Amino acid sequence: MFSNPDLLHFIFGRLSLDSFPFLHDPIILVTFLGVVVGGIAVVGGLTYFRLWGYLWREWITSIDHKKIGIMYIILAIIMLLRGFADALMMRAQQAIAFNGAEGFLPPHHYDQIFTAHGVIMIFFVAMPLVTGLMNFVVPLQIGARDVAFPFLNNFSFWMTTCGAALIMASLFVGEFAMTGWLAYPPLSDIVYSPGVGVDYYIWALQIAGVGTLLSGVNLIVTIVKMRAPGMSMMKMPVFTWTALCTNILIVAAFPVLTAVLVLLGLDRYADTNFFTNDLGGNAMMYINLIWIWGHPEVYILILPAFGVFSEVVSTFCRKRLFGYSSMVYATVVITILSYIVWLHHFFTMGSGASVNAFFGITTMIISIPTGAKVFNWLFTMYKGRISFDVPMLWTIGFMLTFVIGGMTGVMLAVPPADFVLHNSLFLIAHFHNVIIGGVVFGMFAGIVYWFPKAFGFKLDEFWGKMSFWLWTIGFYFAFMPLYVLGLMGVTRRMSQFDDPSLQIWFIIAAFGALLIAGGIGSFILSIVVAVIKRDKLRDETGDPWGGRTLEWSTSSPPPAYNFAFTPVVHELDAWADMKKRGYVRPTSGFIDIHMPKNTGAGFILAAISLVLGFALVWHMWWLVVASFIVLVAGSIAHTFNYDRDYHIPASEVVKTEDERTALLAKQQA
Amino acid sequence: MTMANTTASQTEAPVFYLKEEHHPETGTMLGFWIYLMSDCLIFAILFATHGVLGRNYAAGPSPADLFDLGLVAINTSMLLFSSITYGFAMLAMEKGKIAGTQIWLAITGLFGVAFVGLEIYEFHHLWSLGATPMRSGFLSAFYTLVATHGLHVTFGIIWLVTLMVQVGKRGLIPANKRRLMCLSMFWHFLDVVWIGVFSVVYLLGVLG
Amino acid sequence: MSAHSHAHDDHHGDGASHGTFKSYMIGFILSVILTAIPFWLVMDGVLDSKVATAMWIMGLGVVQIVVHMVYFLHMNTKSEGGWNMLALIFTIVIVAIAIAGSLWVMYHLNTNMMPQMDHEMIKSFG
Repeated sequence: MFSNPDLLHFIFGRLSLDSFPFLHDPIILVTFLGVVVGGIAVVGGLTYFRLWGYLWREWITSIDHKKIGIMYIILAIIMLLRGFADALMMRAQQAIAFNGAEGFLPPHHYDQIFTAHGVIMIFFVAMPLVTGLMNFVVPLQIGARDVAFPFLNNFSFWMTTCGAALIMASLFVGEFAMTGWLAYPPLSDIVYSPGVGVDYYIWALQIAGVGTLLSGVNLIVTIVKMRAPGMSMMKMPVFTWTALCTNILIVAAFPVLTAVLVLLGLDRYADTNFFTNDLGGNAMMYINLIWIWGHPEVYILILPAFGVFSEVVSTFCRKRLFGYSSMVYATVVITILSYIVWLHHFFTMGSGASVNAFFGITTMIISIPTGAKVFNWLFTMYKGRISFDVPMLWTIGFMLTFVIGGMTGVMLAVPPADFVLHNSLFLIAHFHNVIIGGVVFGMFAGIVYWFPKAFGFKLDEFWGKMSFWLWTIGFYFAFMPLYVLGLMGVTRRMSQFDDPSLQIWFIIAAFGALLIAGGIGSFILSIVVAVIKRDKLRDETGDPWGGRTLEWSTSSPPPAYNFAFTPVVHELDAWADMKKRGYVRPTSGFIDIHMPKNTGAGFILAAISLVLGFALVWHMWWLVVASFIVLVAGSIAHTFNYDRDYHIPASEVVKTEDERTALLAKQQA
Repeated sequence: MTMANTTASQTEAPVFYLKEEHHPETGTMLGFWIYLMSDCLIFAILFATHGVLGRNYAAGPSPADLFDLGLVAINTSMLLFSSITYGFAMLAMEKGKIAGTQIWLAITGLFGVAFVGLEIYEFHHLWSLGATPMRSGFLSAFYTLVATHGLHVTFGIIWLVTLMVQVGKRGLIPANKRRLMCLSMFWHFLDVVWIGVFSVVYLLGVLG
Repeated sequence: MSAHSHAHDDHHGDGASHGTFKSYMIGFILSVILTAIPFWLVMDGVLDSKVATAMWIMGLGVVQIVVHMVYFLHMNTKSEGGWNMLALIFTIVIVAIAIAGSLWVMYHLNTNMMPQMDHEMIKSFG
């Protein structure tokens, strides 16, 4: 029976022993062994210290936005290690593959690496960092106890994680796409990519996409409906404004990605003709549609970073942010304009002068509100009392680096220039310039800034500074050569080169990548060392930086319910206002607090989705049907549970608040 | 909403917190509406794809060759009737009448089933003529747009049945009323999308 | 808990508006008329000009969508503090950009890059 091919094929679809590349590829074998060893260590440790129950009760089933935010960031950091490993491999390959040397990565492997690098960095590093930060900070900043839909929040996180799991599975079971991170057809169609790689791509993004979309709805409703009394829209912190606009972009852009990937999936699974070369398909339509999503996506990544910088600049310059209204308007204008620039990603596809001119002009216009923001930050710094804590260092690094990247963007916005530079290393340098200088630096600034709020102690400053300097210097070494190479005409996504005069630039870039690796290592060390030294780095006031917004009025970390009493807001920079006007923290009169219950339903439904995705990839049709039915039935069953909340008794609130009262009294003494 | 006074008088210190419990208004309806707007965008992309690929017949059948406008008209009326019967269900719900709500919901469900049934019949017929989704870009776009709408209606029917069970078990409690209002938005929204479908896909398609 | 849920769910302040029997009937009858006319125009070939027929179909479709929004979805500027209307307008703008933009861009791309899509070739397919 076990050798009956039809039965095996029915059960396992296209999965077979050949699908396990670690059985024949040494690099993947070593990685696999490393993962196995690491996995056993983690599982063993959790079992030995009896932490499974704790993990399930306190984290996996948690609907607390603070914990969910932290989990998103942990996911992002783990995926950063994978995505960066891909980067190191690419840099190494490109540095040595000259003069007939083929390097150590054959093209079919190299192609998977650059595809995975892009997909992981955008969808499973940058998006979770941004989502995690917004999740943690926004309810605290608006004086709320949680987001509008706490269960959906948990579900969204687990869907994102299951998308990441599917990508990680592709490393050891089967292969990944070799198409680049946007999987253009016809290459990504079934004829030219018959393997499982593009299917992994499609389902990982669809699963994670559901999570992201729901998270977008969640945060919009939270910000619209759950602000503390007195906090009008124009009294919201800037980070909350950027979060609102980001989530509007998410809701208005991700459905496009969902639809396009469905169409690509139909082409692959059902032999339809959306993007085929024959029978009436049009591959250019895919590129058009995917960039209608893709351009707003990059604004989804950068707007929260802008929000972080606004908070950090005003805090560390001890000054209210300059030009609050213009910051808000600039953010809203960017949100709207981001929908009318998308063609600049394919000027060279042949739409002609009039179309190219329109989109070139709109692209240049969108740089203006961003410029306004930079001036506002500079004016905030002017005559401020600047302290160069690590978040401020990241901010200054951002201002220099991002502006350079933005300028090269305006260069690329000129269609005739883009005809020379499109898909060259100049483009690669540009987008890494803005993503690293903007998004990554912003996320690091935000993590360092809000870490004490989340955990009750600061990150280690020495390793934080080390991380900043290694990242910044490393970035310039890694990517400035790429601008040069791009101007000299070198194309992207190449694994071998003929012209030996180019090699020096690639070697410099590889050196830069090593510095960045040091930067990542330093960042991790700043966490590890801080945990070890946490008693010395402890923040007992709740306001270690002298912040201006409501999250700093809570303890560090805040209690589950965030605020014992809902704050009432009078001015912008509510906490700064409270401090100025002699706010006295209430120490009595606490009441029962209404809170949502933890639930395992989100984790379980996401896990079933993961099974469904895996089954779809491998064409295990019986499992597709079965898991789909279980998913629908499970979702319906979940709606029969009306018992979703509980009350924290006043006595417990009293106890928590009294502990804080004592702690604060100790500060005065 | 009622709360302690938030504005400082000249002599009092400003109030910085509420002593009583704060109940933010439910965000469910707004959240569902926003989700519906995102769903609108999925349909917009499918419409755009139909707009771009809709004349790519690949030497195969075109709308004029295929579409039975009489059938489409009947289908349209099924959906329109279902919209108004759902409206009647909501009127009954507002008055707290469980039986009335359930009856009108059931009738709505039946109209919905009729709609989906007719659509499956139509697809089956076209398929047997060789007009499959695999035949041309136009047909891929047609089937995907119309079937996506049909799948949404199917999902709405499943949701409707689930809600009937839940109303049967717990009555018209606030949570169930919220859910019925969300389904109401969903149902009417599907009728709005169908206006686009019959106008652009069927009528304009046959017009040529 | 039930006392709280009452406070939570009392939506008569700013929540969704409700219909009346009369408003649903008006919406229904208008919809029937606005559906029958375009079907009649096409099925009976009433107007000579295809372009004019197309304009009527699109125009009446838009009107019917508004009818549905007002009479069935109870769309107004007040519900949810105006956020429903704002979300709808924003969505309409994005939908218009996505559809019109795609049609414009793809038309140009097809003209320049897909020569077999000319009119002469299409006509020869019959």
